[in-house]
Amino acid sequence: MPVKTDPKRIRPYGDTLNDGRVQISFTLPVPCDEQGKEAARQILRKMGMSEIDVCHMNDLTEGFTHFNAYATSNAEVDLTSIKVKIVETPVMDMYENDEYIDQNIGRDLIVVGACIESDAHTVGIDAIMNMKGYNHRYGLERYKHIEAINMGAQVSCEDLLQKARAVNADAILVSQIVTQKNIHIANLTKLIEMAEAEGLRDKMLFICGGPRLNHEIAIELGYDAGFGTGSYSTDVASFISVTIAEKAENN
Amino acid sequence: MLQLSIKQEKIEKAKKLAGQIVNSFDWLFNGYSSETIERTIVRLMGIDGATSDGTPFPNVIVEDLKSKKVLERGVAYWVANAMCALNLTAQEVADKVAIGELDLSSVKPQADEKVLEVINTQTATMLKHIKSQNNFREEKFATYGPRRKPALYVIVATGNIYEDVLQAQAAAREGADIIAVIRSTAQSLLDYVPYGATTEGFGGTFATQENFRIMRKGLDEVGDEIKRYIGLTNYASGLCMPEIAAMGAIERLDVMLNDAMYGILFRDINPRRTLLDQYFSRMINAYAGIEIQTGEDNYLTTSDAIEKAYTVTASQLINEQFAEYSGIKEEKMGLGHAYEINPEIENSFSYELAHALLTKTIFPTAPVKYMPPTKFASGNVFKTHLMDAMFNFVGQLTGQGVQLLGMMTEAIHTPHIADRALAIENANYIFTAVKDLGQELTLDPDGFINKRANLVLDEAIDFLQKVVDTGLFEAMARGDFADIKRPEDKGKGAQGVFKRSDNYLNPFLEQMKQELGLNR
Ligand code: B12
Repeated sequence: MPVKTDPKRIRPYGDTLNDGRVQISFTLPVPCDEQGKEAARQILRKMGMSEIDVCHMNDLTEGFTHFNAYATSNAEVDLTSIKVKIVETPVMDMYENDEYIDQNIGRDLIVVGACIESDAHTVGIDAIMNMKGYNHRYGLERYKHIEAINMGAQVSCEDLLQKARAVNADAILVSQIVTQKNIHIANLTKLIEMAEAEGLRDKMLFICGGPRLNHEIAIELGYDAGFGTGSYSTDVASFISVTIAEKAENN
Repeated sequence: MLQLSIKQEKIEKAKKLAGQIVNSFDWLFNGYSSETIERTIVRLMGIDGATSDGTPFPNVIVEDLKSKKVLERGVAYWVANAMCALNLTAQEVADKVAIGELDLSSVKPQADEKVLEVINTQTATMLKHIKSQNNFREEKFATYGPRRKPALYVIVATGNIYEDVLQAQAAAREGADIIAVIRSTAQSLLDYVPYGATTEGFGGTFATQENFRIMRKGLDEVGDEIKRYIGLTNYASGLCMPEIAAMGAIERLDVMLNDAMYGILFRDINPRRTLLDQYFSRMINAYAGIEIQTGEDNYLTTSDAIEKAYTVTASQLINEQFAEYSGIKEEKMGLGHAYEINPEIENSFSYELAHALLTKTIFPTAPVKYMPPTKFASGNVFKTHLMDAMFNFVGQLTGQGVQLLGMMTEAIHTPHIADRALAIENANYIFTAVKDLGQELTLDPDGFINKRANLVLDEAIDFLQKVVDTGLFEAMARGDFADIKRPEDKGKGAQGVFKRSDNYLNPFLEQMKQELGLNR
């Protein structure tokens, strides 16, 4: 039986409702002694914590110390006011999707995918596109009514857009795995700006994915959809078919 | 003692097949050179520096000779000829070429003996320096004692070399034996080595000679304080393999990632270029006493660790033969493998034990490099920390040479300072707890682990036989390795390979071959 709460007043949970207990670990450039420990305590207080128990500190040498702490957070949120953008199209399996395309679109869809710029991680885009798929879901290449072109990794924005134009793609799939110094944001922005400049932006769907991406960020960056950790070919394929079918209907 | 029952003849058969694959490349190694090999020669002649727009002098000189269509003779001759004719040092020659004041191809040819004499002096000077770096390392190990086994290997990857030094020194004090400075994203595809100290990188820090020097100094300092010699690692891979090996030899790196086939399969670098470059770069490593490591773990980041276990074994065997060809001794061959097994699988630990013991059994004296769980590391840092503990357990139990410590934040970011400290604590705890356990245990000769190890070796032998039948290049073109098709004439850097002329000269190669007793 799930816990009974007031959804307007959500606080962290340790072992008693609304006790606010959280577990935190962080490093400070301070010595591993009582003064350092007090610095950790004060940082936590400034984060809005009380009943602070710095239960462990470890000397990382070179003037650094790592702290583990438990504390009570006074933060509270109203769950009813939280709205997240998520992909809302229903998810179909491969057979249902092929059937759907057949019935509602009546032609094969063309999808071009790549992991762009300096990023060499192919496993994510392959999980979505390759024939054999990922975690018991076939990739787009296996779909009867999807022509999937996987350009692999380290594909420049120029090459990806050129290909998409040449094959008259219905959707572009972009993967970004490396995120240090927000390089994924820079790359995704570059692609969308180039697409706009070339007049391609509204001719096809732009979809991105990777472990640090989600639908919300994707929309913000000007994409049609975004998929994060644990997403599958079925999620993406369903979004593409349903969105294109709806567009066709509206035109 | 924990030991597999594997027939020695089977291991010998596997090694013989790998030998057959590798021994068919004399034509390439003796008949061709590449632009990065020539740039390496420029560096070994003592030339360093870059133009104001950042083009390294070795690139300037090699490009110039190429455009004059005289590179086939080898850069050593042209630089030495100019040194002779104008009575300049190698560096002075480079400075003049860089500002367009000197055209090496139009300098009047000097008497052959005079040019040779200059070449021989340059070669002897640099090789003497490299030898002295090797001696320095050996003396340190003699003073402070040998590296522990498994050695604790951790990475730094902040992008800023000065921040890297701070984190590396902290790691050394906490117990790390080897520090690897991970390279910035996609450096492997640059056809030049960036110049100078760098403070900006993505997912790593650029490999430059100045960065090598800065980190070496930092590690020597902390090593002398804690009375342990701290090893330094970088990556001789990509389009500049031998140049990075040479920089490492000059600045006293201790370990180099230097795989024979990685660049072809995972970076789409031209097959000829890669094999040629690995041949020379590994010879430099052999001469400098640098331990090489190979990248078999990469097969398992894209394929299944059980289904494709044999590809790891096959690649280790091929890597061993190529390394031997370049004069590397087994004690310096850090052949790779990895704990990339799906943690949901029943008895995953037994599979790993079988695979780790197999590597150890086939290469008993190699300082085998054991990679941690990465693919199945997830945002659940607590579980990942536990998987890393199981990995450390196998590492100690089977006596691996170098344990690349897993980070609990592997799926999230390049390591924070505390992640690294926790990883070292994890390894120290497990290594101490099960230190001598392996000596007490025996395996059922007909049990799962023995059967599994034998099966993987059988599969590797079948695979190697297939590669022998078609030839390595053909097998790669067909996609036999890692399901990736790599035709011999395609891939990056193909145009940088050229046929040597009859009067071609690579004095470093010749001298090192002679001293290493290589007569092919
Ligand atoms: C395998 C791997 C590699 C392999 C890649 C092999 C290959 N051919 O792909 C190799 C060894 C080559 C590699 C290299 C590097 N790696 Co790496 N790598 C990983 C690792 C271990 C697993 C990634 C993976 O395959 N995940 C499995 C797939 C299925 O998951 P996924 O990518 O998230 O994809 C899923 C979703 O995100 C989504 N998705 C992804 N793309 C798309 C696209 C679309 C359109 C859609 C709809 C969905 C979608 O769907 C997928 C399925 O659910 C991670 C660590 C980890 N455990 O995550 C580090 C990691 C990603 N690598 C990292 C780094 C830094 C590098 C290097 C830069 C290191 C270096 N300096 O050399 C190099 C990069 C080289 C380059 N130029 O990019 C960092 C990134 C840090 C960061 N946050 O920026 C990580 C997190 C490791 C770490 N902690 O340091 N790596």
